[in-house]
Amino acid sequence: MPELKFDKTKCAECKAISCLVKCQYMDFKDKDKAKKEWQKVINGEDSSVLKSCITCYACEEYCPFGNHPFYLIVERQEEKGILPAPRPTVTMWINQCQPIGRFTVGKVEERALSYCFLPQFNTLVKGKLFDGIALSVIFGQEFFCNAVYLHYAKASVIKDRLPKIVENIKNQGIKELVCLHDECYGTFTSLAPAYGIDIPFKPIHYYEYLYGRLKELKDLIKPLNIKAAYQRNCSARLCPETDHYVDDIFRLLRVERVKREYDRENALCCAEIIRMAMGPAMADDVQKRNIDDMVKFGAEYCVFNCPACWDSLAHKVVKQGIKPIHMIDLCKLAIGEEQALRLPELVAEV
Amino acid sequence: MMTTSALYDSLVKIVGENFVSDQKEERYFYARDGGLMPPHEPDFVVMPKTAEEVQDIVKLANREKVPVVPKGSGLALTGLVIPQRGGIVLDMKRMDRILEVNEKARYVVVEAGVTHGVLKSYLQKHHPNLRHSIPDAPPIATVVANAVIHGQGRLSQQHGFNSDMVSGLEVVLPTGELCRIGSCSVSSYWFSKGPPLPDLSGLFLGWFGTTGIITRLGLKLYPCKKMRDIMLFLADKAELVPDIMLRLSHTEIVEDVVVSAQPLPLRFRGTFWIMAYITGDSDEELEFKRKMVWDALWEYFENRDVGFLSTSPDMKAPLLSMPSKDTARFADVSKGGGFQYAGPIAPIEKFPAFIKKLEEVATKYNVFYASTARLIGAGHCMMFSFSFSFNRADTDEMARAKEALDECSKFALEEGGVLWKADIYEQKLLMDKMDPNTLVLMKKIKQLLDPNGIMNPGNWEVK
Amino acid sequence: MQQKDYASQIHRCFRCGYCKFPTDYSSFNCPSYRRFRFDSYSTGGRLWLIYAWLKGEIEWSEHFAEILYTCTTCKNCTEQCPMKFAPDIVDWIVGARSDMVEKGKIPPRVARFFEAVYGYGNPFKQLRSDRAAWANGTKKYAPGDEYLLYVGCLGSYDENGQKMARSLVDILNASGVSFGILGEEEECCGNEIYMLGETGLFQNLVEKNSQKFKELGVRKIVTLSPHAYNTMKNNYPAFGGSFELCHYTQLLNDLIEKNKIKLSQAHVEVKLTYHDSCFLGRYNNIYDEPRQILQSIPGIKLVEMERNRRDAFCCGGGSGNFVTDLLAGSADSPARVRAREAYETGADTLAVACPSCLTMLTDAVKAEDLDDKLAVKDISQILKELLSAK
Repeated sequence: MPELKFDKTKCAECKAISCLVKCQYMDFKDKDKAKKEWQKVINGEDSSVLKSCITCYACEEYCPFGNHPFYLIVERQEEKGILPAPRPTVTMWINQCQPIGRFTVGKVEERALSYCFLPQFNTLVKGKLFDGIALSVIFGQEFFCNAVYLHYAKASVIKDRLPKIVENIKNQGIKELVCLHDECYGTFTSLAPAYGIDIPFKPIHYYEYLYGRLKELKDLIKPLNIKAAYQRNCSARLCPETDHYVDDIFRLLRVERVKREYDRENALCCAEIIRMAMGPAMADDVQKRNIDDMVKFGAEYCVFNCPACWDSLAHKVVKQGIKPIHMIDLCKLAIGEEQALRLPELVAEV
Repeated sequence: MMTTSALYDSLVKIVGENFVSDQKEERYFYARDGGLMPPHEPDFVVMPKTAEEVQDIVKLANREKVPVVPKGSGLALTGLVIPQRGGIVLDMKRMDRILEVNEKARYVVVEAGVTHGVLKSYLQKHHPNLRHSIPDAPPIATVVANAVIHGQGRLSQQHGFNSDMVSGLEVVLPTGELCRIGSCSVSSYWFSKGPPLPDLSGLFLGWFGTTGIITRLGLKLYPCKKMRDIMLFLADKAELVPDIMLRLSHTEIVEDVVVSAQPLPLRFRGTFWIMAYITGDSDEELEFKRKMVWDALWEYFENRDVGFLSTSPDMKAPLLSMPSKDTARFADVSKGGGFQYAGPIAPIEKFPAFIKKLEEVATKYNVFYASTARLIGAGHCMMFSFSFSFNRADTDEMARAKEALDECSKFALEEGGVLWKADIYEQKLLMDKMDPNTLVLMKKIKQLLDPNGIMNPGNWEVK
Repeated sequence: MQQKDYASQIHRCFRCGYCKFPTDYSSFNCPSYRRFRFDSYSTGGRLWLIYAWLKGEIEWSEHFAEILYTCTTCKNCTEQCPMKFAPDIVDWIVGARSDMVEKGKIPPRVARFFEAVYGYGNPFKQLRSDRAAWANGTKKYAPGDEYLLYVGCLGSYDENGQKMARSLVDILNASGVSFGILGEEEECCGNEIYMLGETGLFQNLVEKNSQKFKELGVRKIVTLSPHAYNTMKNNYPAFGGSFELCHYTQLLNDLIEKNKIKLSQAHVEVKLTYHDSCFLGRYNNIYDEPRQILQSIPGIKLVEMERNRRDAFCCGGGSGNFVTDLLAGSADSPARVRAREAYETGADTLAVACPSCLTMLTDAVKAEDLDDKLAVKDISQILKELLSAK
């Protein structure tokens, strides 16, 4: 059974206590208070942190040592039977993604695309950007990264299922996996190593893939000249080293990443997990601050990394006059192809 | 007694030869419905266009002692329009005119064959501020038939059975007379099916055509708001569901409350999906209603007993559609084009016991099941469906599904529920359990109205 | 082909009735159900009866055959059926028909249709040698021509179809398109034969046509009729046919966009409604090109019928009914229903892009006494008039 590689000596040395001090949802400006409280978590004692954590993953990014404070919180929550989300919600998620031995695959080659368990990619993966790889696809429960159970204090489900998922991917003969959902990428590059699970293939973030393709297709690129807010999702915190690709791609397409308050390290998640865990008041507040911020800084578009964020926010940003678009579609627009993932209302107008 | 061919000629004289069939193909198709009840062929399928034609047919049938079975689309699935004793099946769907919409009195008058789909489309186009209570049956279900069997729809949580929303009737009695029932018997307005007169509508609603043929019906219309939304909650303890439903209904602002349970697809397993629908003319109104719904369930949410499932517009679309195509799709779960359900009407508190029974029975008979419970009338009762899907090409599976249904019906009755749109077997169960004097009253009414016993015989047959 | 599987799948129909409607449930959209009104004439009825026949619960009868052959294979049911097997429904019906054809159990009119195509190469029993009589010396296809214009039986022999063919030829000539026809050598495309279940004859026709195309080195085909377009696109490749294919509206739309068709700039004030052919629309998703052509004409006001695009109500001509006419004889005949619907839009012209629709709707407008109020014209005729207006 995989175990979390958590090194308490690193926390002992830590002077910044960034995990708690920088947390956007808990008030730990006082470093001493933070240090004391974090020690309780390390020791496995009861702590307010375990109940207040809204599972935004940000502290994984904040920790200067890469010591996985969030994964530790999840372990402790599960040990103590703390339910960040209602019981039936967790049951639904555990059942929904249960592997059933049915492999939904295309013509898989050594280099493949992972759709995770998100059917939106069926819509998104079209056109020249995916020439040569569009058929080499894996999708569904058998290939699901399982990171979502971090939101539900179910590290046990991850530990149980993830090794088999990795095995399934390996058995497809895949050597390089382009992860269209960066939660998968974060799973293979952050979560799996944190639990000592070996990854026998090379995970590639789809931003890296897109950037490469865009450079190959650069003769087709017509500058978009738009201002966009970037919706930085929770799992981006697991792989912050990929954030530069957003700037790289935007530069190539002449998209301005508006310098707003809730971006980069200070990004706000889409908040639907907050709604399912904490209720509507906090979720609505987070979403309002996020979208108002986009409006305030003149964003014409909101670029999404994650289809789940899209489901949560696309129809809300539209109400504030901002056009939602997934990163893949943004790249398509720049090379003269059509936006594929649209809101139902938008589709009707067309 | 006329010969079959003389009868045929008489029918042709009434409706024209294009609308009478004695052909094997029509007799085969109209002998059946999509459920499990055994077929019985009619001698004729006839499609009248006017009430006068219906009267002439009924008079003829009375003279010749030929059974008559009026029919919409047979979507009750309990064989109510299967002609148990042969005779004439009247496919009422040619009587398809929408006669009047009175916006200020909020009713529509339709002929017997107007379908829910056509009425919905008509109102959306011509009277977008008004709506009617749409059932989840496919859109070919007729307004009249659905009301006559006490169907339920999207507005039932607020306003009761679809039959409660009837506002007047025109009926051809089994002896051939045409009469008006309700306010329309005295006035040109169809605003009431009974009050303030002696309420005669009860002689025709729920009788499965055994006391007469409805040729026109007034239906109450209700405000149609510009927007609708659904809030999806999850529970995993059946015993909490009744209180959850009552709390939702207590808000007074929910449109419909539906609770779903099924073992597959996997995301449904182990949970009850509680769907609360809200409507509004503005975002503010919807937001306020969302808050009220959350407040109603907050206690359960805080102690983690009830979850909320965030859904995107794409995910909501099929749940918001009226009627819901997913209801029909249940028939193909076994890849066999069949399902039937026992949908007893029962007090809400019976939910846990019914769920338990459903799971037991499904395991016992090895059949695929699902359940939907819908609140009726602000919490006065619910419809709880024990639904079983079957493969029409597998006679053994069909037999098991039937046994499963029968066992569930019996159980529901024992628990104090009342069987809805009872098939002839369930009708017997009901009549065996009924107050004997009530039974005598039913018999008297049937004999008075239908002395020759020609109307859908075999149904509500009181010994 | 899904047809062969039909016997193992057909019991899955739940007779839910969605197949009777268009998307908004506003009226009945199944042409045979609309015409006859017995449930047996709807798709669900048909499927249940076929299943009954397979099980031996009913025997073949003329009435049964009539029910089976009054389906025009318009695919409204395929669009509306909520079940997973929806895409296969029409294939099941065609499969059942092919079994009946094998047993020789078909309505007499359908039998005559087959005999005519077999003997004369067209369902009208007109002489092969007259196939190019309409052509007025239109050039025959020679190797090196860019397009083969495939005219089809209606275009060659039907009075209305011939007007279409001549109009299209004039437009292509005026636009400098390199094309030719097969003339008397043209063989029936086989679309109706396929839909009616005569698989043997269909295969024969495909092989003959494909052989001819190969001999002449045909690379690109443009068809007059959506029926030919449909079968050449969807059925011919399985038999080895390989060529680029378009319907004439696609070609003309392209030419208009590239400014290759010189239309008169005289402003024509016309209120026009467009009827989608089933074989362009529901079968092959071609909804925009015909509309774009019409909207490119100055002065044309395009109004849509209530039932349009994927919800268009079939004219009733499919499955050979433009000859066998099994749905005729009533104000409820599909073409007459559609004619009334077109008239209700307030349009003075009903535009079509198919010779079958053209002939069915022309007759229907007459039957409805609307022929002085509503002109029925094919898009090729509309464009031709604007050419001559120069």
